[in-house]
Amino acid sequence: MMWLPCLLIALPLTGALCAWLVRSNNARPQVLVAAGCLHLPLSLAAVFWPRHDTWGAWLYLDAIGKVFLLEISLLYTACACYAVGYLRSRSERDNRVLCMGMLVCLAAMTLTAASRHLGLLWLAIAASTLTMAPLVYFNRNARSIEATWKFMMIGSVGIALALLGVFFLAYSTMVAGLEPTLQLEQLIQQAHLLPTSWLKAAYVLLLVGFGTKMGLVPMHTWKPDAYGEAPGLVGAMLAGGLANCGFIGLIRIHQITAATTLASSCSNMLIGIGLFSIAVATIFLVRQTDFKRMLAYSSVEHMGLFALALGLGGKALYGIMLHVIGNGLGKGMMFMVAGNINRAFGSKSREVARGALVRMPWSGALFLAGFFAVTGSPPFVTFASEFSFFSASFSRGGLVLTLLLGLLMSIAFLGMAQTVLPVVFGNPPATRERTKYRDSAILIVPPLALLLIGALAGLWLPEPLHSLFIAAAALLEVKP
Amino acid sequence: MSSATEQLLAVVLLINILILGIRRTDMAIRAISLQGVILGLLPLLGHNFQMHMLMITVLVLLAKGIFIPWLLLGAMKKVDFGEEVDPLFGYNGNIILGALATIFSFAIAKRLPMAPSHQELLIVPVALATMLAGAIALATRRKAINQVIGYLLLENGIFIFGLLLSESMPLMVEAGALLDLIAGIFVMGIIINHISREFSSIDTSRMTSLKEVE
Repeated sequence: MMWLPCLLIALPLTGALCAWLVRSNNARPQVLVAAGCLHLPLSLAAVFWPRHDTWGAWLYLDAIGKVFLLEISLLYTACACYAVGYLRSRSERDNRVLCMGMLVCLAAMTLTAASRHLGLLWLAIAASTLTMAPLVYFNRNARSIEATWKFMMIGSVGIALALLGVFFLAYSTMVAGLEPTLQLEQLIQQAHLLPTSWLKAAYVLLLVGFGTKMGLVPMHTWKPDAYGEAPGLVGAMLAGGLANCGFIGLIRIHQITAATTLASSCSNMLIGIGLFSIAVATIFLVRQTDFKRMLAYSSVEHMGLFALALGLGGKALYGIMLHVIGNGLGKGMMFMVAGNINRAFGSKSREVARGALVRMPWSGALFLAGFFAVTGSPPFVTFASEFSFFSASFSRGGLVLTLLLGLLMSIAFLGMAQTVLPVVFGNPPATRERTKYRDSAILIVPPLALLLIGALAGLWLPEPLHSLFIAAAALLEVKP
Repeated sequence: MSSATEQLLAVVLLINILILGIRRTDMAIRAISLQGVILGLLPLLGHNFQMHMLMITVLVLLAKGIFIPWLLLGAMKKVDFGEEVDPLFGYNGNIILGALATIFSFAIAKRLPMAPSHQELLIVPVALATMLAGAIALATRRKAINQVIGYLLLENGIFIFGLLLSESMPLMVEAGALLDLIAGIFVMGIIINHISREFSSIDTSRMTSLKEVE
């Protein structure tokens, strides 16, 4: 079965080569769809295949990797279909770099989910950052170049610190007198033998490094700029895919420290940085007039929730797995719809883009539904996940933490509503000319599909998925 | 630990200070190129000869010694801007910061719980000092290309620490990290090009259109 993860990584790379060779600007996006249509069934096979015990030492999909692979593949396939419609409307611009970037990024994200070697994991995350930088710059204007520079510089420094963390981890095995290794399995088994000083330093560096990728405060400053200026399609890949890849990195290092005496101090660090991220994101969510930047801060908030939940452990671990699917797909669909609204009004400010429901009923309705999906309202799967975070914060963190979390999340919800409601229900500005944009099936069906998956998973979770999530959460359980 | 290695590491320290105090960007690029060459030679010294080490040396010499400086000088030629670095805190302030960082690194390195065979090595203090010099350069430089030089210093420091592990690191990871660095610098070079076209300057402190509006 070694061939399956290899194939999953080789397939998008081959697709990137094809995208490079295709000369026609109109035909090229079809390669994206073709790659998605092959990647998704293969991923499903990899996730639900019952026998998988003999995979290699470098690549192996454990239950956690499977959850992320499922989310990444679903999101990518929706993005690929959406890209066909989006790039048709931007046919004046050469899309070769964008198509290749999307495909290489899919390969890098798949590798992130499947790697069992921390060096390889680092490499995959670094590669995904690099491939996304030219995509942020797709609009070729002063604002997007500024965003790209921040994304590139802050991202590169974060990734460099993560490399140092990986080196520290490898060095800690040398100090302990063990055979130097970066294989995840061996590190987890030998974790209790490693010197705590080096392990702790490695943990902090990796938290900062991968936290930069996730966009945890205070390493989040690139996020609103990059998400705001990138096309909605790229924003969807960044918020639903790349941010989650950073979280995989954080999960892996957490798995190693969970078996040591550092477990509680590392958990406290995560709870602290998570709560801080939620608080800062909430402050910026209130009075945010730009709805794409609003989504970026909402992403910061939910990355904070991930860190908090990982720190809390217990019931929250199962919730994390639900939230990976719910938040990833929800953010993805929101960015796609935000892209539609942005194009229809020629603005991403709530002052101008008002009354989406009148101008473009489908996009408007989806934006409203998506808002409920990403803020954790029933019937969406995010409701179940956020409920589990609350119950874990009550049982592990106490009443004060729960109340604080509830207060922050309610303010964030109201803050977002202040922007979302005028955009959806307001009166369209009469003074502005209508743009040529109209809702079309290709721009509506992909986000709608992601939304429905989120709602379905919330109402009725199929048994194989349920047991997959339980298995993934069990891997994160602290074993005394 | 041969004395040749120690002397080369001392030169690395000197180059850190040199880059922090240098006035002209093209000279800073040449200095970082020299540092890259030294880093390439380090894996060969002090270890028993191995094919693995030779491969790393060749890769590092090509990447850090030749290719990346060439990319940066190319990016400089295309964008016509003043060659003065003009950092925050001035040149002397930067040199003093660099010196303090070096002293701090040596003080800290003494207290780290190292593996028994690594107790007396210069590698760790030099690695720390180089990383800190990179951080200083990143924070004080205003022009995009000088920030890239700071990032390279940071990467070089991490590479020096990696020397402690080089026998145990798979070649694939090291080569991948280098490839990632090259691709990163390549992309940064392109972005610098576009920045100069959009802003008719690569002074990143002018890039202020993206912020929260009240």
